[in-house]
Amino acid sequence: MSIRYTDSSEMRLSEKLWQVNWSMIMLLCFIAAIGFTILYSAANGSLEPWAMQQMIRFAVGVVILLAAAVVDIRFWLRSAYAFYFLSLSLLVAMEIFGASGSGVQRWIDTGFFQFQPSEIMKVFLVLALARYFHGTDSKNVDKSIYLVAPLAMTAVPAILIMRQPDLGTATMLFVISGVMFFLAGVRIWKVTLLALGALAAIPVGWQFLHDYQKKRLLAFLDPESDPLGTGYHIIQSKIALGSGGVFGKGFLLGSQSHLNFLPEKQTDFVFTMLAEEFGFVGAFSLIGLYMLLVVYGFSIALKSRSHFGRLAALGLTTTFFLYFFINIAMVMGVIPVAGVPLPLVSYGGTAMLTLMFSFGIITGVHVHRNQRISQYQTGQME
Amino acid sequence: MQREHTRIKGFSRRAVVLGGGQALLLSALVGRLYYLQIIESSRYVMLAEDNRISLRLLSPPRGRITDRNGELMALNRPNYIAVLVPELAPDLETILSSLEGILSISEREHLRILREVRSKRSFVPLTIKENLSWEDVAKIEVNAPSLPGVSIEVGQSRYYPFAEAAGHALGYVAAVSKEEQGTDPLLRLPGSRIGKDGIEKANDLALRGTAGHRHIEVDALGRVIREVDRNEGQSGKDLALTIDSGLQKFIFHHLKDMSAIAVVMDALSGEILAMVSTPGFDPNAFNEGLSTEAWHDLVSNPKGPLINKSISGQYMPGSTFKMMVALAALEDEIISPNQRFFCGGHMELGDSRFHCWMKEGHGAMKMVSALQQSCDVYFFEVALRTGINRISKMARRFGLGAKLGIDLPGERDGLMPTRDWKLAVEGSSWQLGETLNAGIGQGYVLSTPLQLAVMMARLVNGGVAVEPHVIRNLVNEESILQQSRPVLPSLGISPASLAIVKQGMDAVVNTSLGTAFRSRIIKKGKKMGGKTGTSQVRRISERERESGILKNIERPWEERDHALFVGYAPTQKPRFVVSVVVEHGGGGSKVAAPLGRDILLETQRRVEAFPGSGAPRRDG
Repeated sequence: MSIRYTDSSEMRLSEKLWQVNWSMIMLLCFIAAIGFTILYSAANGSLEPWAMQQMIRFAVGVVILLAAAVVDIRFWLRSAYAFYFLSLSLLVAMEIFGASGSGVQRWIDTGFFQFQPSEIMKVFLVLALARYFHGTDSKNVDKSIYLVAPLAMTAVPAILIMRQPDLGTATMLFVISGVMFFLAGVRIWKVTLLALGALAAIPVGWQFLHDYQKKRLLAFLDPESDPLGTGYHIIQSKIALGSGGVFGKGFLLGSQSHLNFLPEKQTDFVFTMLAEEFGFVGAFSLIGLYMLLVVYGFSIALKSRSHFGRLAALGLTTTFFLYFFINIAMVMGVIPVAGVPLPLVSYGGTAMLTLMFSFGIITGVHVHRNQRISQYQTGQME
Repeated sequence: MQREHTRIKGFSRRAVVLGGGQALLLSALVGRLYYLQIIESSRYVMLAEDNRISLRLLSPPRGRITDRNGELMALNRPNYIAVLVPELAPDLETILSSLEGILSISEREHLRILREVRSKRSFVPLTIKENLSWEDVAKIEVNAPSLPGVSIEVGQSRYYPFAEAAGHALGYVAAVSKEEQGTDPLLRLPGSRIGKDGIEKANDLALRGTAGHRHIEVDALGRVIREVDRNEGQSGKDLALTIDSGLQKFIFHHLKDMSAIAVVMDALSGEILAMVSTPGFDPNAFNEGLSTEAWHDLVSNPKGPLINKSISGQYMPGSTFKMMVALAALEDEIISPNQRFFCGGHMELGDSRFHCWMKEGHGAMKMVSALQQSCDVYFFEVALRTGINRISKMARRFGLGAKLGIDLPGERDGLMPTRDWKLAVEGSSWQLGETLNAGIGQGYVLSTPLQLAVMMARLVNGGVAVEPHVIRNLVNEESILQQSRPVLPSLGISPASLAIVKQGMDAVVNTSLGTAFRSRIIKKGKKMGGKTGTSQVRRISERERESGILKNIERPWEERDHALFVGYAPTQKPRFVVSVVVEHGGGGSKVAAPLGRDILLETQRRVEAFPGSGAPRRDG
C-alpha cells in the first residue's frame, strides 16, 4: 500500500472548499442554533439582547472558520510562534495597562467588540506546542532538556492569566499543555511528574489568589455552608437542573431561570437553563452532539499525514472538550465555579470567534490531510 | 520514513487513550446529570417551588362593634398612607423636601425614612406618613408628576366614633408588643393591631379573625411577579354590645368635667346599658400612636383617665350599704322592721363616740325611716346586733366583695370584711367599732360602682341573681346559642324583707324627709327610688369636730368626700338601676342624686323612643 501524498499548494480554492467537512459544519450550526434558542428564552422570549447578537457573531465565526480552513496548513505551522508571541504580548500589555482598572481585567476593548487575549492564547499555545513537537525528533522528545522550552511556553502565559485573575483559563492552559506533552510522546511518568509538580505548586499559588477566588474554591467544597454567599450560584444551579426532570419544564417556562434565581443564565450557566427547560433529554442530547464533534476531531487528527496537523487537531479538539466538560461539571457542582463558558452556546464574542477559528484549523487539517510536512520543514516552504 | 511510522503509531495509541479518558469523564458527567435530573428530581422540584412561591399573610378586617341598636361604636376606616418606592424615586432628597412642603414630617421621621431607604430593598414600598387627611391626599395626587415613586395606599385603621365617651368599655387597639406576639402569625404582620383594653382586649380573638394568605410568585430578589392564589381568610366577628350608645354619650357629657362613674343596668337581664368613667380617653389616639408626653399625661393624671373606674375603682359605699345591713338583720331576724332605736346624734362605744351625720340626732327611728333619712346611729345599733360576718355574707349574696365576672378585663374584687379576714390579713382581732363603721359602709368595706349597680338590680328585681354583661350576642351564627340564657337563680331572700328595703328606698326619694327628695322624678310612671351615700375619705378627728368640721368645699380636692347614689326606676315595676359615684364630689344627696335622676330619666325616655331597645331578653 503506497501512501499518496499531495501538495496542497497545487489545490485550488474551490477544490479546498470541496474538501471542507461540511457535515461537521452543519453540526456546529445545529449546536449554535440550540444556543440561539436558549438565549432567546433567557431574554424571556426575545431576540434582544442576546440571541440576535449571537447569531451575527456565529455568522462571522463561520466566515472565519472557512478562511482558516482554506489557508495552507503550512502557513499556520510557520507562523505558529509569531501568533503565540503576539498573544503573549497582548497579555503582557494587559498586565501593564490593565492594572489600573477594576482589578478584573480580561479583555481589550477594540471599539468594535471586546476581546480576551487569554481566549486566543488557548488556540495559539496549542499551535505553538504542535509546531514545537512537530520539529522535535521522537528520540529527543523524552529528553528532559527538550521539555524546558514547552514548559516555559505554557507557564508564562498561564501565570499572566492567573494574575488577571482568571483561574479557570490558567488551569485549562496547563491541562491542554499536559495533553500535548502526552500526545507528543513524552513518557507517561514525566507527564505525571509534571502534573504532580503543578499540584505541589497549589499551596504556593494559593497565596497569589484573590480573595474572591479563594471564596469560590471554599464554597465549592461545601456550597450549602454559605447559601446566600458564593455557594448560592451552585445551589440554585443544582435546583434548576434537578427540577428539570426528564423532559424539562418546557421552553420559556423555567422558573429558576426566568425568576432570576439562576445567576448569569446567558453565559456560564446557560447549560443549566437548557437542562431546566428541556430536561435530561435536552441536556443529554447536547452532550451527545458535543461528543459527536469530538469524534470528528479525533478522526480528522488520526487521518492527518502531518504530525503538526495531528497535534493541532487533537489539541484543539481536546481544548473544545475541556471547555464543555468544565462548564457542565461546574454547573452541576462537580468542580468549582471557574468562569468557563459553554462552547457555541454561551453568550460571548471572543469565545465564539476563537472557537470557530479552532474549528477552522481542525477543518484545515482535514482539508490538507494529505499534505506531507517534513519534520525539519518549519521555517519556510519548499 | 520508519521514524515517521513509529511517531504515527505512538500518536494513535495515545490518541485512543486520550479518547478513552474523555469518554470516561463524559460518562461521569452524564451519570451526574442522571442523578440530579432523574433520581433526585422530586427533591429539586420541591426546592424550586419553594424558591418560586412565597406565602404572604393577609390580615382580615377586624370585627366591628355596635351598640344594642346597631349603632357602630368601633369600625375600620380607610387609612390613607403615603408610601415611597425608592427605586422609582431618582432623587430622594428633592422628593422628600418637596413632600415636606405638603405634609409635616418631623426630623425624626425624616431620619427614619432615610434609614429605611438604606436598609430595605429598593422595590419595597416604605411608609412616609399614615392617617393622611383628604386634603393631604389631594395635594399629593395633584403634585404626582413632581413626586415620582410616591403613591397613596389605603390601609385599615380602627375608628371609634364615640371617642372619649365610650373609651373605657370599648378599650382600644395598638401595635402588638413582643410579649403579646404568641403563635398567631397575624400578629407578626407589620402594622398589626391588638386589643389592649376593654371589649377590644376581652374579645380580641373573635374580633381579630383568622389570617388569609396569598401565594405569590417571586423572583430571586423577592419582587412580586404575580399572584398564584388567594384566600381572604376569615374576617373578625362583629360584636353587639348591650350598651346604648346614646345613653352612654348623654351620661359622659353629664360627667365630663368631674371625676365620676356611672353604671346603668337592666335589672332584669343584667345588660349594662351604659358604663361611664370620667375623665375619659380617646381610643383613637392609641391607634395613631400616642406621643410619649401624651401617654405620660394620661398615666400620671390622679383622676385615672385610663382606668375604667366602674369596674376597677373601689370605693367605700357609704350609706348605700345600709340596705345590706338592713337585710342581714331582717333575714336573720335580729330585729323587726318596726323596732325603734333612738338617735341622739351619736353613740358611745367604749371610750369612743360614733357620730350620726345629723349632729342634732334623728330621734326614734324605724327601719324605713332610718333608710329614708339615712340615720347612722340606727344602723350602728343594727350592725352591732347583727355582727360583721352576717352583714358581709349578705352583701356577698348581692354581688359585693367579689368579682362579678363581667366580660371586661380589669375587674376588681372590692372588699367585704369578716373577723377571720382581719385576723388573717391584718393580724389583729376585729373591733366592735369597726362593725359600726361597716354598718354605714365605711372602714374596710369596699365596692366597685358595678357591684353597687348589681346590688340594686338584685334588690329590685325580686332577689334574682342577675349577672352583668356588656356583650349582647355574637352576631355570627355561633352566638345564637348564647341567646338562651339559663334561668337566673333566686338569691332566696324573703319578699317581705325586700319589700321593706324597697319601701325605704322609695321613701328616700319620694318623701319630703328623704335625703334625695330634691332629686325626685315627678313624671308619672317614671318615678325613681334609691339611696344616697357620702363616704369619708379621711377620718375626722375629735378636735376637728369640736372646732367645727370644714365644709367639703373648703378642703383640698383629694380630701373631699365621695358622693354616691344608687337608684332604680320606675318604682312600680323596677327595670333600670343606676349607680353613681362622684369622686371627692361632696354629699351624695346634693351631688350624686341629681345625676342619678337625670340618668334614670334619660334611660326611660330612650326606652320609650326606641321601644325595642330596652326590652330585656328573657327567653329562658
